[in-house]
Amino acid sequence: MTEQQAIAGTDLLQLDRGVGDFHYKMEYAYDAGAGLSEQTIDYICEAKNDPEWLRDFRKRALATFLREPLPTHWASKQLAELDFSQIRYYLAHGQKAGRTWEDVPEEMKRTFERLGVPEQERKFLAGVEAQFDSEAAYSNMKEALRDQGVIFVGSTEGLHKHPEIFRKWFGKVIPTGDNKFAALNSAVFSGGSFIYIPPGVKLSHPLQAYFRINAESFGQFERTLIIADEGSEVTYMEGCTAPRFDTATLHSAVVELVALPGAKIQYITVQNWSPNVFNLVTKRGMAMENSEIRWIDCNIGSRLTMKYPAVILRGRKARGEVLSIALANNGQHQDTGAKMIHLADETTSNIIAKSISIGEGRSSYRGLVKIPNHLKGCRNNTECDALLINTSSRTDTYPAITLRGNRSSVQHEASVSKISAEQIFYMQQRGLPEAEAMSLSVNGFVNDLVREFPMEYSVELKRLIDLEMEGSVG
Amino acid sequence: MSLQICDLHARIVERAILRGISLEIRPGETHAIMGPNGSGKSTLSKVLAGHPDYEVTQGSVVLDGVSLLEREPDERARMGLFLAFQYPCEIPGVSIANFLRAATQARLPEGESLSVTDFYQKLYHEMDALGMQRTFSSRPLNSGFSGGEKKRAEILQMAMLQPRYAVLDETDSGLDIDALKVVAGGVNRLRGPEAGLLIITHYQRLLDYISPDFVHVMVAGRIVQSGGPELALELEKRGYGFLEERYGSSEVSPLAGAGTPG
Repeated sequence: MTEQQAIAGTDLLQLDRGVGDFHYKMEYAYDAGAGLSEQTIDYICEAKNDPEWLRDFRKRALATFLREPLPTHWASKQLAELDFSQIRYYLAHGQKAGRTWEDVPEEMKRTFERLGVPEQERKFLAGVEAQFDSEAAYSNMKEALRDQGVIFVGSTEGLHKHPEIFRKWFGKVIPTGDNKFAALNSAVFSGGSFIYIPPGVKLSHPLQAYFRINAESFGQFERTLIIADEGSEVTYMEGCTAPRFDTATLHSAVVELVALPGAKIQYITVQNWSPNVFNLVTKRGMAMENSEIRWIDCNIGSRLTMKYPAVILRGRKARGEVLSIALANNGQHQDTGAKMIHLADETTSNIIAKSISIGEGRSSYRGLVKIPNHLKGCRNNTECDALLINTSSRTDTYPAITLRGNRSSVQHEASVSKISAEQIFYMQQRGLPEAEAMSLSVNGFVNDLVREFPMEYSVELKRLIDLEMEGSVG
Repeated sequence: MSLQICDLHARIVERAILRGISLEIRPGETHAIMGPNGSGKSTLSKVLAGHPDYEVTQGSVVLDGVSLLEREPDERARMGLFLAFQYPCEIPGVSIANFLRAATQARLPEGESLSVTDFYQKLYHEMDALGMQRTFSSRPLNSGFSGGEKKRAEILQMAMLQPRYAVLDETDSGLDIDALKVVAGGVNRLRGPEAGLLIITHYQRLLDYISPDFVHVMVAGRIVQSGGPELALELEKRGYGFLEERYGSSEVSPLAGAGTPG
């Protein structure tokens, strides 16, 4: 009880959009300007001092990006509103990420202080990386972990200092040509984390990254690569916010996870984007024998989010899990889901997706589960539940489950429910104002899923849901 | 100090259901309203609580000097009005304890926060007094509850929220004798100089355990007779038929609204 109280009393992860809606006027040492061409790539490579192989990689990716059509034939037509020529692809201060907060430039430091990042670090994190626009402003990890050989650095430092691990896995889980936005990220990526956990090392506290967009008409393209070596365990947490601008902001990350035999990776995302952000992210993990990858994905805010965390179950007895919560408010579309690709015997996967649509908000679930003919003893469980708050809300479910052969099993359940006027009246009769009654119902709806989250994040998620519901009744 | 209902008229859509109810409940008093099905008993409880489906067309309700009718349901609740529902709603995923915590917190002044320890102490104290298993409080409110469990949960909420005026809408319906005793025990625990109670019931049965100070008979949207506990016994003996003949029933009075539950 006391621990719970202590945690409930502090904001462990400040993702309140009201609090996040501010920005500082910055002088950027590096600004690739608006628009995307080979020159943009060259500019980024020079600024970052990229090796030649990476310049080639980026340019090939650019060609793929330019060649591939927008997926508007199946995804939202809103994508067509993105004007790639108006976006700025690289904005950096030109300083190395600080190891202490004193080393961080003043405006950036103030930003992260307002977002509560240093405080969280002191309280419960094993390491923090704080990215401001294109590059990390701060990056630090507990000394003890460094001694154990844990690597937690930015992607640039990772590829320069640890090329033997970085290059082995970089772009292997999500190839450049996977989709148009993965290609875009591959062309212009900067920032994000590179993490390596040595065999048998089990981190008791999470590593956290905070991605902050400060500039207008900007695209953030962080690239994260996490490798958990045999028998190791790590929890990684990312939080994101941006101020609200009139123009579109683009966030297009690529996250690759590799769980080597017996390893466990838990990747937690809680994002609360302002309503001008297009959030188009590719996330995929590769799970080797007897390893486990678990995505916990909470999407709140943004104008359009498209994100389908995936696990490729490559080794025998590998386990994959996606627990996802999406909340779509007025003018927002959460197009989220999960993919489970079974490639070995006795692999198991579990998908639980819950979506909440408020007002004119729309949520879609897209799932893909594949179990080929030659495998045996595979199992998948998929549950997707949608909650509609108003009659104008919308939800769609597009599950695709391919099970071949009869030596594996799948199970799929879906439900749609609505908060009834009688429920609200009942709760109001007990003294709860309408908005509070709504958020209590919504919290109840996601409760069995949130129980699976580390407590710090479930507290924050509850707070974010309360904030969303406050504005939704009128 | 009282809950004062004065010449209350209310309708749902275009059908008048309450046709001039006047009743005053003072702290320390227990009133029972009895009446045949469709007489408007449940409507009265919902109108008092502020259910949005009902429109008040005439009259007033004043709680301890403050006019009630223009206030939101949650404000009325925080002013001290409690309604034990005839059909309590299911609230999936929200445990009884968490629900009561939120409801208790909502009663505190702005900026003050509930002591979790005190809250659980009080919750367990009340549960023990009502003879409830403590694990009951961690179940999601009313989800998959039996009829009896739902009513017990209502009584527990009432005990925790300590209303000044509590309206119990057919809380006895569909209960076995054990559940009935729990309900009656909870009600009797609340009774005292501070609380006024209004018990709506179809049968005399509950009144064997909770003896009311006043009994009112409601027929076709009006209170047609008031008296002491002996009135309930008389009704039990004679049935509602003779009253309906005299004051109109749902059959003879279309205004009373046939088919309205309660």
